[in-house]
Formats: sequence, structure tokens, C-alpha cells
Amino acid sequence: MKSKYALRFVALGYLVLLLGIPVALVFINAFQDGIGAAWDAVTTPEAQHAFWLTFIMVIVAVPLNTVFGVLCALAIVRQRFRGRALLNAMVDLPFAVSPVVVGLALLLVYGRRDGWIGPWLSDHGVQVIFSTPGMILATMFVSLPFVAREVIPVLREIGTEQEQAAATLGAGGLQTFFRVTLPAIRWGVAYGVVLTTARALGEFGAVSVVSGKLSGRTETATLFVENRFQRFDETAAYSASVVLALLAFATLLAMNLIRPKEAKG
Amino acid sequence: MSIVVESVSKRFGDFVALDDVSLNVRDGSLTALLGPSGGGKSTLLRVIAGLEVPDSGRVLIGGEDATSKPPQRRDVGFVFQHYAAFKHMTVAKNVAFGLTIRKRPKEEIEARVNELLALVHLDGFAHRYPSQLSGGQRQRMALARALAVQPRVLLLDEPFGALDATVRKELRAWLRRLHDEVHVTTVFVTHDQEEAMEVAEQIVVLNQGDIEQVGSPRDLYEKPANEFVMRFVGPVSELSGRWIRPHDVEILVEPTEGASEAQIDRIVHLGFEVRVELSLGDGESTWAQTTRTQVEELELTEGQIVWLRLEPEPVSV
Repeated sequence: MKSKYALRFVALGYLVLLLGIPVALVFINAFQDGIGAAWDAVTTPEAQHAFWLTFIMVIVAVPLNTVFGVLCALAIVRQRFRGRALLNAMVDLPFAVSPVVVGLALLLVYGRRDGWIGPWLSDHGVQVIFSTPGMILATMFVSLPFVAREVIPVLREIGTEQEQAAATLGAGGLQTFFRVTLPAIRWGVAYGVVLTTARALGEFGAVSVVSGKLSGRTETATLFVENRFQRFDETAAYSASVVLALLAFATLLAMNLIRPKEAKG
Repeated sequence: MSIVVESVSKRFGDFVALDDVSLNVRDGSLTALLGPSGGGKSTLLRVIAGLEVPDSGRVLIGGEDATSKPPQRRDVGFVFQHYAAFKHMTVAKNVAFGLTIRKRPKEEIEARVNELLALVHLDGFAHRYPSQLSGGQRQRMALARALAVQPRVLLLDEPFGALDATVRKELRAWLRRLHDEVHVTTVFVTHDQEEAMEVAEQIVVLNQGDIEQVGSPRDLYEKPANEFVMRFVGPVSELSGRWIRPHDVEILVEPTEGASEAQIDRIVHLGFEVRVELSLGDGESTWAQTTRTQVEELELTEGQIVWLRLEPEPVSV
């Protein structure tokens, strides 16, 4: 019996120390000058633009990574080809590589002066680094694996019989995918989307490297928090943090609403 | 539609699933592919359906070469052992699937679905989901789904294998009646000889990728081509070095010419049927299948000495 309580104490205590107290302090600090001040701090034009930019990151990166993740999972689970194991390992790469390294890698490819294809793109009027496209690429890179990782086990579990049944009933490849496979994996996809969204919302390192941190132009919500914090504007930093935290809570809530349904199959 | 399989071979890596198999299935017939697991029967069925591509050989459906056609264009209905129900669709949507794909008018689909649900006795279940059905009901739904598109050929892969014994018996009788009503050329796979005997008109015995024998249930039982078929399609027992049917062994209580002496080890009552286990003088053992009446008439007891004789014209290999 004692060990049972000890286990709970350790688990809970760990979470409180590591997460609970710091997050609570963020909330307290955000509202130290009152709700009005906090509201004003997150509705300045710079703050609004920062949230808008974060929204752009999410709205572009999440759908693209969802489509890619599902295709990738299908290739890994349903097909046999040379390099399948490599593809499977590559999908996990963003988990292993530090976001800062991702940012630097993007600079090497798209850098305007000495990047790999950056100068050529620049000559054709496309600016990737210090601009929204580069930030989107960075966000996409770091949030790439989630959908594929969630969908792969579900695809394995449902097996191929339903798809074969659809084929014998006359359904072509696309019809089978949209009418049979996709509905069967939908909770896996939804869960992956939630995780991708959370990751895209919170991305800091990679985006920070490629953004150039131009306030009001290439500043996402997380960069805005850092910027305000370094300029001793604590109310703005903590208030924006609260907004990010609330968005994260909302995605977590969505995740928990999905979970029981997923268990039911 | 008739099905002709010509010299079909199929390997999976080193495993030979089908080794130069040829087969004729008559139009409108009901055929069982019978054999032990790994014998190649499911592979043969899947080759006919187009779900597996043979390494060599041809498949003709209704006289035309279907070997290179994908399953979508073969006009076959396929029923899987584990139902392969579309879990996110209602029973009605499952049954309507093939018709929806073919973009038939809504009224036609609805009428056809109702007709089929009545045929498989699932009238009241149209709006349920597969998870709300029993195994037997799910399999009947899968059958209705396969029949909805009026396939030229109906293929069933161990259709009753996942069901419990009572439901299995019910569905067997029902499949037989259904075939009498619908008359579609039907091939089903089973490893259960009783099921094959009860349902099929023609049985194909497959073992290790080869066809051992093709024939009517009675042919197979009475004129087995070899020891494998003999052992697979019915009970066997051994007497003086021959494989025989245990009901061809006659038990006598008096010494008789040409009969061998044996001692009763055990009498097992299986209802009407009684299984008598015996040992012969030279350490050999055998068994005989007899009836309760017979045991009572002869007053057989364990430990008793009896004489065994074969019935005239026994089935043996």
C-alpha cells in the first residue's frame, strides 16, 4: 500500500514542480497589473501581428504535414519497396535534430547570399530567409513526424481486408482510400493533427534562426514573448505566454476529447 | 459463369503455395476447396478473385481470360473469414457499397439493399453498425454486400471459420439454400471436411499446393484417391496394415473364421455413436465405430475379448 502512495506522490510531485508551479507563476505575473493591462499588452499591433503570423504557420504547416503524413504512412505500411526502412527512419529525423540545427540547415539551403539555392530564388524575387516562407518551412520541418507516427500503427491494426473487400466491390484506389481507409484511420489522423498543431504553435528555435526577428514583420507569438521579455516588458511577455498556454490547453482538450473515441475504434 | 484455372503456380518467397494447379468449376455449381491450412486453398481462391497475381498460369471466368484483370473488373463477390465489414458504415451502407461505387440511382440502391437484407434475414438491422451485430449477422451482411452487385462468381474464404459451432451449422444450411435460390457459381474455402461434405456439390482437396482429388462428397468418401484424401475426408482406423473406415469394422463376440482376436480397452459413448478402442494381439491398436444399440445388444464391456472382421467391400487405401 505504501509503495502505491509513494508512486502517486512522485508522479504528481514531479509534475507540480516541473509544470504546475512555473505555469501558475506565468499566469500570476501576466495579471500582476490587472486584466486590463494584460489585455492591452496582447492587443498592440505588434502582438496582433505576432499571433496572426503564428496562425499562418499553423494554417499552412498543419494541412501540408497532414497530407504528407498520411501518404508517408501509406507508403511505409502498405507498400514494399527498397528504401522503405530509410523512409521510416527519416520521418523521425525532426525528433532527433535540434530545432536550432534545423534553422541553420535552412540558412545553408536558402540563405540569400551564400545559400545553396537561395541566390537563385532571390534573383527570381522569392525571399525565403528572414521572411514568412522560411518560417513556414522551419515549422513544417519540426512538426513533420506527428501525423505519420500516429497513423502508422492504426493502418497496421486495421489491416488490408477492408481495402480488399472494397476492391472486389469495384472501388478504385482513390475511392477505396476516401471511402474506406480514411474513415478507418480518422482518429489517428485527428490525433496527429492535434499534436502537429501544438508543436507548430510552440515552435521557437528553428523559426528564431530563419526569421531575423523583425518586430511586427517576422515575429511569431513565441518570438514576441522572447522579444518583450528581453526588453523588460514583463506584462506583455507573460500575457502573450498566457494566450499561448491557453491555445495549448485547448489543443490538449481536443486531444482528450478524441482519445476515448479512438479507443472505441 | 464457369471458372477455369489453368496451370496456376504461386510462390511466396521459398514457400510454394500453388504448384501447377488446374481446375474446372461448372457454371452455377457450389464447390468447396478443402484442405489443411497452408495447403493453398485460400491462395487459389484469392488468385481467382484477382487479390493475388499468379506467377504463371491463367484464370478464365465465363470463358474469358481474367488473369491480368484487377479485382475491380472481375465481377466477383468475395467474403472474408473475418467479415471485412466497413466499421464506420451502417449495415445498409455496407450492403450498398458496390452499388454506390457504380453510381446507381438512389431509389434503385435502396430497393436492392432492402431486398438483400430480407434475403439474409437482416431486415430490421439496416441502421445498425457492424459492431452492434453478432459474428453470424456480420457474415450475413458481408454476403449481402458481395451479392448486391450481382457478381458472376461468389467466392468465400473460410466464411464460417470465425463463428461458434451452432451458428456455423445454421449458416451452412442457409448458404446451401441461398445457393439454390440465387444460383450464382460459388466457391468456398474450408478446412472442415464435414462442412465441405454438407454444403458442396463438388469438393476439391488441396494439399501442399497440389490438388489431391476432385469429386462429389460421396466419391471422395467412398473412392478416395489416396491415403491423404482418405484420412482427410473421414475418420480412419488401421487394421492389418490397411487404412479403413472405423464403421467398416464389425465386432463379433464369437470366434469366427477370418476374424482377428482383440481386447476392448475402452468404450467411449458419444451419444448415438460409440467409439470402441481395441488392442490386437501383436501390440497393434485400432478402433471401431459402432452404435449404442449394437453395444447393448452384444453386451460389450471393457476388457472383453472380441473378434474383428471387415464389412464386405470396405472403403480402404
